[in-house]
Amino acid sequence: MSHYEVKAGPEAFLPPAAATMGNVLPDPGEAHIGGKIVPEEEAYEHAARKILGAKVPTIFPGPLVLWKWNDHVAAKATAIRELANEVPMRLIPMADYRPKYPKIDAAVEINPNHPNLTIWHNKIDVCIFIGVHCHQANLALKMIRASTSCYTMAMCAMAGHEDACLSFRDADLEKIQRLTAAIKKLKAEGVEVQANSFTQFQMDRSGFVVEPVN
Amino acid sequence: MNKQVELKGKRVIASKHVKLGQKNRKGQTYTDINDIFYKAEQTPNFLTGSEVIKEAIRRASVGTSVAYPITPQSEAAALIGELYAEDYLDEYFRGESEFAVMGQCAGASFGGHRVFTTTAGPGTLRAMENFPMWAGSRLPIQVCVTCRGINSPLSIQPDTLEMHYLLETGMLVWHAETAQDLYDYILKGFIVAEQPDVHVPIAVCCDGFFVTHTKDTVDLSPEELCLTPYNPYESPVTCMDMEIAPYRMMRDPFVMKSNYINYSTHASWQQEIKAAVERSRKHTIALLDGLIDEQNSDREILIVTSGTAVSQSREAIRLLEEEGIKVGLVKIKTVRPFPYEEIKRATKHAKHIFVPEFNVAGWMAREIKSTIPDNERVYCGPHVAGGMTMPSEVIVEEIKTHLGIKTAQNSR
Repeated sequence: MSHYEVKAGPEAFLPPAAATMGNVLPDPGEAHIGGKIVPEEEAYEHAARKILGAKVPTIFPGPLVLWKWNDHVAAKATAIRELANEVPMRLIPMADYRPKYPKIDAAVEINPNHPNLTIWHNKIDVCIFIGVHCHQANLALKMIRASTSCYTMAMCAMAGHEDACLSFRDADLEKIQRLTAAIKKLKAEGVEVQANSFTQFQMDRSGFVVEPVN
Repeated sequence: MNKQVELKGKRVIASKHVKLGQKNRKGQTYTDINDIFYKAEQTPNFLTGSEVIKEAIRRASVGTSVAYPITPQSEAAALIGELYAEDYLDEYFRGESEFAVMGQCAGASFGGHRVFTTTAGPGTLRAMENFPMWAGSRLPIQVCVTCRGINSPLSIQPDTLEMHYLLETGMLVWHAETAQDLYDYILKGFIVAEQPDVHVPIAVCCDGFFVTHTKDTVDLSPEELCLTPYNPYESPVTCMDMEIAPYRMMRDPFVMKSNYINYSTHASWQQEIKAAVERSRKHTIALLDGLIDEQNSDREILIVTSGTAVSQSREAIRLLEEEGIKVGLVKIKTVRPFPYEEIKRATKHAKHIFVPEFNVAGWMAREIKSTIPDNERVYCGPHVAGGMTMPSEVIVEEIKTHLGIKTAQNSR
């Protein structure tokens, strides 16, 4: 049995991949919290509490939900926006996976090759990966665990991520909406949002339409 | 160390491919792997190992196969050419060398095809640079390695040294004992390797000549059923685009920009490939019914090995039994991922562990020694190499000699 708990870092110069420590991915209907397999229902509430308790909760949407390559994805993107608005959470995209040289603009993007720069710059304490290809998400999740104190979550459309502190699997539109519902429920029960106020940036091809303001 | 994944009567997660239940252009029905092996009737056929490879590929919905056929190493690649002529494959062509073949396989896999090829011995080593490239690029290509000698002077006979070179490439490495294993592993191997959480290449290895050139009775699934096709939309990396990782990295590796973060990315990437191999355990255990097979593994004397050394050991065990010496057997089915926990558990009661191998290096014995406590229990041998056979009597002789039991040979 594995005893490796996947916690927020900073963990080590080069932390291990959780799978090589014996952590296994959840089966359908399950999720994991810290490496422990739990019923999916339990993970919604845990994730919602983490998000509501964070100063800078952030969603990192990846290419799989940023581009409308089918109608289901468009609906998912709308649900992600609703999830972000419910808290509110920042939206910082991982639009592609190229290393950014000479320097990433950490205020408005995250990259799997140096994700810690975005976490540090924005002081992000809780994040969710949605729509990031699994390989790139795992790279980023390990590096975030290595050198930041950010609590990581993954809403994975495939099999989930052991390298996140919490992971759902088979995350479709309904599961994103269930997370939003879990947040609404806790708020209705009196759990207060701890997030710092901010202005969500907006960009078009010419640059900022609305600049980020913390 | 790995967590023991419970079988719990589970099958591998059923395919949700949109083509499930539809027919292909040959009239075969795309069928879930669980139904192919556990519901459909299997029919015995008397075939060579090479013919078995052909029959597996006939049912595997392979898109592309690239060949560098150097018969008589194995006829498999040529036989797959016949399948292409019969329109079972979309693409089939001859590469300029084994190195070229593996590069061409990568191209086809990047493009979204299910890809199969074969190699052996010096060909495996010539192609070697491509295997970690496949793994690093998360390409679930299957290569059937019909193991033979790798050194000069050349040999077309079995020798498993080349498997040792594959162990740290990031590929899954499975070792078939028989032609039946070979058939099962080829079909099941595609399914495990293509799982979105695994998605790395797989080497299905067998001992050349003994398995490829000899005939055996093999239960085949119905010819009218074939695997659901590969689904590139379940890949953990993006579709092929030279500007996007991982492809971009081949011409513009991040490690060229020297700083801690870039090295860290590369390290994290390597860890992710190892993690992917680990993740395959869950699916492999469900499909192969465990990573090892055990026969009387509670005995004090055990043989632990893989491939045709298992078959030879079965007969050696029978011969020893006739003399009142009771020996158990552990057959290792997957070398990557290595069944650490399973072997630790299976060898718990053993006082003497023998590891017969068809190679001069004894790499399997080293793997086992690095896995279990009190590893002085492991006896590295007997060994044969360069294409020698391993008569069961040789295994018997070496076990008895090591245990201090007199034999006609050792009392001379």
